[in-house]
Amino acid sequence: MIKLLVDNWSEFISGFGWTVLSSIVALFFSLIIGSLFAILEVMPSKVARVIGNVYVEIFRNIPLLVITMFFYLVIPLYVVKINGFTAGTIGLTIYTSAFIAETVRSGINSVDVGQMEASRAQGMTFWQAMRYIVLPQAFKLVIPPLGNQFINLVKNSSVLAFVAGFDLMYQGNAIASTSFQTVNTYIIVGLFYLVITLPISYYMQHLERKLA
Amino acid sequence: MKRFKYVTLLITSLLLVLTLAGCGSKPLSSQNVLENDKQSNTITWGVKADQKLIGLIDVKDGQEKGFEIDLAKAITKKVLGKNGKAKFVTVTSQSRIPLLKNGNIDAIIATMSILPDRKKVIDFSDSYFSAGQSILVKKGSSIKSVKDLNGKTVTSAVGSNSVDNIHKIAPKARVLQLPDFAQALTALKSGQGEAMTTDNVILAGLAVENPGYKLVGGTFTTEPYGIGINKGQGDFKKAINKGLKEVIKDGTYNKLIMKWFGNVPGFNYKEVLRK
Amino acid sequence: MQNWIDAYSWINIRFLLQGLEITILISVISVVLSFIFGSVLGIIRYAKIPYFSRIVGFIIDVVRNLPLLLIIFFTYFGLPAFGFKPDTIPAAILAMTFFESMMIAEIIRSGILAVDIGQMEAARAQGMKLGQAMWHVILPQAYKKMIPALVSQFISLIKDTSLATIIVVPELMQHGQVVYGQNPNYIIPVFVIMAVMYFIVCYALSLLSKYIDRRMA
Repeated sequence: MIKLLVDNWSEFISGFGWTVLSSIVALFFSLIIGSLFAILEVMPSKVARVIGNVYVEIFRNIPLLVITMFFYLVIPLYVVKINGFTAGTIGLTIYTSAFIAETVRSGINSVDVGQMEASRAQGMTFWQAMRYIVLPQAFKLVIPPLGNQFINLVKNSSVLAFVAGFDLMYQGNAIASTSFQTVNTYIIVGLFYLVITLPISYYMQHLERKLA
Repeated sequence: MKRFKYVTLLITSLLLVLTLAGCGSKPLSSQNVLENDKQSNTITWGVKADQKLIGLIDVKDGQEKGFEIDLAKAITKKVLGKNGKAKFVTVTSQSRIPLLKNGNIDAIIATMSILPDRKKVIDFSDSYFSAGQSILVKKGSSIKSVKDLNGKTVTSAVGSNSVDNIHKIAPKARVLQLPDFAQALTALKSGQGEAMTTDNVILAGLAVENPGYKLVGGTFTTEPYGIGINKGQGDFKKAINKGLKEVIKDGTYNKLIMKWFGNVPGFNYKEVLRK
Repeated sequence: MQNWIDAYSWINIRFLLQGLEITILISVISVVLSFIFGSVLGIIRYAKIPYFSRIVGFIIDVVRNLPLLLIIFFTYFGLPAFGFKPDTIPAAILAMTFFESMMIAEIIRSGILAVDIGQMEAARAQGMKLGQAMWHVILPQAYKKMIPALVSQFISLIKDTSLATIIVVPELMQHGQVVYGQNPNYIIPVFVIMAVMYFIVCYALSLLSKYIDRRMA
């Protein structure tokens, strides 16, 4: 197994790099998009709530693989040419943002309603109250679940393999099919994933205990 | 508290035992596949499920159909006698060798070329079909032969040796490996690549439904397809080879070629007939 | 346009629905099994049995942090090395159950933790054994709290069965591949209809979960 790792070191490392890059980019954008839709879902305007809801429900209830395939195969036909890595990362971002929206929304909801009312009574606008009073508290509450979302995101990035996204799983498939050492290859791939996900998971458990 | 601990301990150890219970059957190398198959009167074949003309599940009745399926059935009858049964397990280019080595299937008949690298891990029967790698491009493309692929992006499927060949012949070409050939073609159509490459017979099958695309440059490799068999199964290999010879000799083979490839534009079936 | 009409012929749709049936079958069996195993594992981790709970906890953490795709590969390609050769559907159920049990174990453990610790003490003070207190007092409340998390786990499970297509399980995604194997031009219409099918099933479940949640609250 060590020989397999050494022989294919550059492939594994480049796959690892693409996986990390894709996860970080997707995390960044899905946090922004997710928070925006979470706010839409709690806005006073009914139209905004419906838009937020529809977005979240659609993307939460369709497999990531289907969303990613759509961006890889359909968008280039009619809109703009994007490669597998970009398509995969966009798919990941949209899928994850729906989950983050749900998480953040539940965070906002668990901040006492009185606080929003009090801030509005003080003359703050909805957005000001959101920005300065509600969101900071909400984010604190949802840090552990957001951490779990990030772990899911890293794991889900394996879907890039389906669209030639050069990630860890894609490289793993390529190595397995030339070396014929299927099981060993995937054990190594698994270890690479754990290097990213286990520390985050333990850190989140630690945080959870500290906050509790 | 103590009793509770023991109960949980008991339950989990039980679970562990259950999961490990499957272990401990005879190792594959000491079994004789031919004897086993004769006893059960069945040969289990690994076949393609999504390859038109070769091995494709019919959506009407869920049965596998195609040239390789018919050939496998014919060989089974020669090996086991008239009442021999052929059982099919669908595989992909990626899963076929692990499944054979694990013993889920007895033999692979799934567009697999006989290659030195593969010969290190499994055995092959005599070749049952001579394909050759080719390229498929949009009509009017500037790509006329495999040499033009340098600097271009080519799509193909994971686990096929087409990728290695391209790396050798056009080292500057970029290869995108998709999960299956239909997706590789769709990726080509959506502009992810400038050409698609794999064996001519597969490309011809795909081109049937896409008149805007054509094969160019002829074949640049020879891909003799062989039936994959586990190492150390000499008896089984002999029986398969004998069956294959008989199928060719009595004319069944050529009938099957005509049936499946007789009307495929861009593919000259006469080249692959056997005497 | 003709491609779309042809792709949606009744024969193709029926074939996709047969795939959906397998998807649902695998999901339901896996979710029931992983609920049972997950409960056991979650309680073990909660119970803090010396060493044993730690080991179980570590295994749970490792498995939870791996992509399901890898677990599926291991089950199908790795297990046979130990002489156990599952067919594709049992292999998928096994992989899903293994993975989901670990996910559910964590949900169960945090559900138990969320039930006030004072309740456990009170129940024990009443003379209940730990197991009795767990069964009659803690678990019923914990499960009630966990319903939304459990349902959303079930929804992920349904969506995740699509990954099993990699080992050619005849579920919805794989049947989709067969349908567009007949004609590559069907690929986009097929992806659209698959998305719709997954959405209908998963959304119905999430509505159900919200309904139960409201009824219980």
